[in-house]
Amino acid sequence: MIEEVPAFTPVTLLTGFLGSGKTTLLRRLLGDPALHDTAVIINEFGEVALDHLLVERLDEETVVLGSGCLCCTVRSELAATMRDLHSRRERGTAPAFRRLVIESTGLADPFPVLSTLRADPVLRHHFRAAGVVTTVDAVNGLMQLDRHVESMRQAAIADVIALTKTDIVGDEVVMPLQARLGALNPQAPLFRIADGPLPVNALLAAGHSPFRAIGEPDGTVAHTKARAFSVVVEEPIDWSSFGVWLTMLLNRHGARILRVKGLLALRGEARPVAVNGVQNLVHAPTHLEAWPDGDRRSKLVFIVEDLDPELIRRSFAAFARLGRARASTGPI
Amino acid sequence: MCALCGSLGGDAHWTDAVAREGVFTHNDDPARRRQERARRVQVANRVLKLYGLRLSDWQSASFVLATFTGKSEIVGDLGHLWAAAERLARRTCDPLDPELLARLDADD
Repeated sequence: MIEEVPAFTPVTLLTGFLGSGKTTLLRRLLGDPALHDTAVIINEFGEVALDHLLVERLDEETVVLGSGCLCCTVRSELAATMRDLHSRRERGTAPAFRRLVIESTGLADPFPVLSTLRADPVLRHHFRAAGVVTTVDAVNGLMQLDRHVESMRQAAIADVIALTKTDIVGDEVVMPLQARLGALNPQAPLFRIADGPLPVNALLAAGHSPFRAIGEPDGTVAHTKARAFSVVVEEPIDWSSFGVWLTMLLNRHGARILRVKGLLALRGEARPVAVNGVQNLVHAPTHLEAWPDGDRRSKLVFIVEDLDPELIRRSFAAFARLGRARASTGPI
Repeated sequence: MCALCGSLGGDAHWTDAVAREGVFTHNDDPARRRQERARRVQVANRVLKLYGLRLSDWQSASFVLATFTGKSEIVGDLGHLWAAAERLARRTCDPLDPELLARLDADD
């Protein structure tokens, strides 16, 4: 049966620190029938394209990027590679893949990959970010989160966290790591993938995991300046004020706002609107069919580095009042 | 690209999301789009005036950001607004600045 190519090909970014099991996970994913129509872009780091040798299937669609770090130095090459894949698919010289997985290097900040999808004038009409899957090594994860800012950022922007190597350490090691990851990124579902069947559907639907409000107090993360916190708003939000506020905030502090995810009750809208951002990049807001529960308040969860949650809450409230004051003077 | 101003169009900023299935936008019809732009200009100006700046709509296609003395820049969407504001105002525009927040509160 010939399946139609989707209007926007979903792109899953697979990231994780060096040695955290990205390639092992990719191999397992590609072995699943659900990913038979998946193209893969991998990255080589160093002289030997080990990753390429290990990815055995879909060789035609596998593109080894020629130079160094995917995110820092070859963004244009990534864009060119994706354009080429798209072009070959359109011409019928490449299989009609329906999904793309990009595996980034272990030392990479994943943000530029996501921004490439949005910034390129061709790609943004044919591809959409489907989510970020981050592998975290159960053996070394805590140490890496403490010592390497890249590891912390990769976990913070994840839509789903895949915990690897849980079969070679006990719960006394895994549980503290899970607690740390839960405090750092309370939105991301966490799966132990070392043994048992792979939760393929959950990993593929990474960008669509349901919004989960977090309780107070703040999930401050020890040893780092990163923290997760929520802003809860009782009154409906004015979309114009929200847009002015968030764009201003991201322009000045985007690099330190690792993640913002929220469910908003907008003035004049019956249905909730979901917003989802990574650093300076905010995805197109989506209209949900219904509220997930009886709580109709707007909730935003931030994961920030070295920013004061109270100041962000105060700023949000000040800008929200601009919208209310405007509304009280009547329509324009 | 606009031949007049040289601005590259179609950037699809999240605040101007294109109407398509599942996506929330205030731009699904021309009247609503114009109304949203007018509201956005009004809200932004309540902040921008504190930096000596004023925003105005330009042909429903771009915005013009100007200082009170007339120096101006064209900005395509909210994503470009604040970087341009910082250039024209020659200072940072920080929504977490306690002095800005105090002035917004006083202006309320």
